[in-house]
Amino acid sequence: MSARAATVGVMNSTTYAIRAEGLVKRYGSTTALDGVDLAVRQGTVFGLLGPNGAGKTTVVRVLATLLRPDGGTAHVGGFDVARRPEKVRELIGLTGQFSAVDEDLTGHENLMIVARLLGLSRPDARGRVRELLTRFGLAEAARRTVKTYSGGMRRRLDLAASLIGRPRMLFLDEPTTGLDPRARGDVWDLVRDMVAGGTSVLLTTQYLEEADRLADEVVVIDHGRVVATGTPDGLKAKVGGQTLDVRPADRTAAGAVAAIVAEAAGTAPVRDGADGVVSVPVEAGRSGTEVLTAVARRLDAEGIAVNELGLRLAGLDETFLSLTGTPPVAPVPAGRGGEDDRKSR
Amino acid sequence: MTAPEPAARRPAAPVRVAREGLTLAWRSILKIRHSPDQLLDLSLMPITFVVLFTFLFGNAVSGDWHAYLQFVLPGVAVQALVFASMNTAIGFNSDLRSGVFDRLRSLPISRAAPLIGRVLGDVVRNVVSLAMVFAVGAVLGFRAHAGLLAILAACGLILAFSLSMCWMAALAGLLARSPESMGGFVFITVVPLTFGSNVFVPTEKLPGWLQAWVKINPVSRLSEAARALMTRMPVGGSVRDSLLWTAAILAVFAPLAIMVYRRKA
Repeated sequence: MSARAATVGVMNSTTYAIRAEGLVKRYGSTTALDGVDLAVRQGTVFGLLGPNGAGKTTVVRVLATLLRPDGGTAHVGGFDVARRPEKVRELIGLTGQFSAVDEDLTGHENLMIVARLLGLSRPDARGRVRELLTRFGLAEAARRTVKTYSGGMRRRLDLAASLIGRPRMLFLDEPTTGLDPRARGDVWDLVRDMVAGGTSVLLTTQYLEEADRLADEVVVIDHGRVVATGTPDGLKAKVGGQTLDVRPADRTAAGAVAAIVAEAAGTAPVRDGADGVVSVPVEAGRSGTEVLTAVARRLDAEGIAVNELGLRLAGLDETFLSLTGTPPVAPVPAGRGGEDDRKSR
Repeated sequence: MTAPEPAARRPAAPVRVAREGLTLAWRSILKIRHSPDQLLDLSLMPITFVVLFTFLFGNAVSGDWHAYLQFVLPGVAVQALVFASMNTAIGFNSDLRSGVFDRLRSLPISRAAPLIGRVLGDVVRNVVSLAMVFAVGAVLGFRAHAGLLAILAACGLILAFSLSMCWMAALAGLLARSPESMGGFVFITVVPLTFGSNVFVPTEKLPGWLQAWVKINPVSRLSEAARALMTRMPVGGSVRDSLLWTAAILAVFAPLAIMVYRRKA
């Protein structure tokens, strides 16, 4: 029995690049993480999706050994992050939410410092740095200070820096936030390359599109809790692809409407305080029209007048909304590049 | 679990820490090289101090600013470096908040390396500041009547003391909530140390209650030592006292800063 348990333990640590169970992190009276579980399979991209302040960065910081959890355990590459942080650090690469490159130094110098810190000899460090600068399209800008780089170039340099030690696990905290669409596409390509090379990637994002494009598996967190787990397609399927909207004529009836909708749809609806619309995703396997009919009948029976009642196809945004109760952040539209945001910081 | 591709054969821990610290100190030096405005920052304060104190107090204290310059310059050098320790405090405090530090802390390097790198880098900056003080002093007419060895010894004493102050400042930087709240550190340590000393006014001319402090103040002892070494006066116990102070501050604050840093990081 115990021998079998041990085998399972070994199997888990090899099958999963990252495994976290019941992670808790508190800051004073606020609970940033309230029991987060996740498991990242070796050689896959894992998307940690959630609105601002959901606890995504805290998860990354715990897994990257920058923060000690107050509860729960996390293993990276089979090593406990709290007990063997030095072992974990040998396996990981981190690109944080805020640029971790030195503005006053050149791209080449930034990478050289990391390479030297990792113990590479000067010639080895030069070789590795040159290789990465070329691969990330920064060879020409290598001798310029990072100050002169665009947002996309900085991100690429940041990524390059986290790859110098050939990490087996890569943490990317909002790797494309503030980037224009083209730069975002570049980062996506680079992430795909790394995974093709066998690296496991955990990335956090507020963009559903990004998770959908890159991630093999997704965990949606909100207020420090996991609210959904699955593949991006599964998540979309889970919420059926259809949404039922009801707008009561009298806003004070919204509560009663929500109760009816909840009963008919079998899921808790989302109420938009601004325009009084009660929306609910229609679960997969249920017929949208059946739910609609049931809601209409009940509304009629209870004499609640509505201005609007209808079914529509849910986008990814609704999926997100129904899972977290927070609208997702729209990606930066083309033309208004995020580079200005970065420079102003 | 197969081991990751080793970056290189790992040398013994102390060698590694030293190398990592030096690599990070090199980072500070590269920064100075790339932004000449930092060099301006480094030299502005020493220049201002020398000029200001020579002409502000010169005639009042000595009746002749030339004579006063001979007296005040070694002390101003000490003062400039004590003030420069603020850079360590502020710099380290903002380092802690930066993404660069997160990256460093996620690397398989010694926990103390970023701290050591910061302090070593600041010592290099201090060398620049010190050279600046003496350069401006020389332009104004300061003449060291001692041999090169004595001058170097005086500079060495001052730099060693500034190194110990860097550790104290690093601790302050670790404990402060933000770079802005560093004002307290200045008023609690830097101001009493530098102004409550015999840098500007000979101890005998100070009121009795102040003399008690001035006599034991490390900045006083260090200024006396530097002054004596550079102008070929008897050093008395000042060199010994300076070294004792330096060692004591280092022995208390370096481990304390590393401990607090490890706990925090």
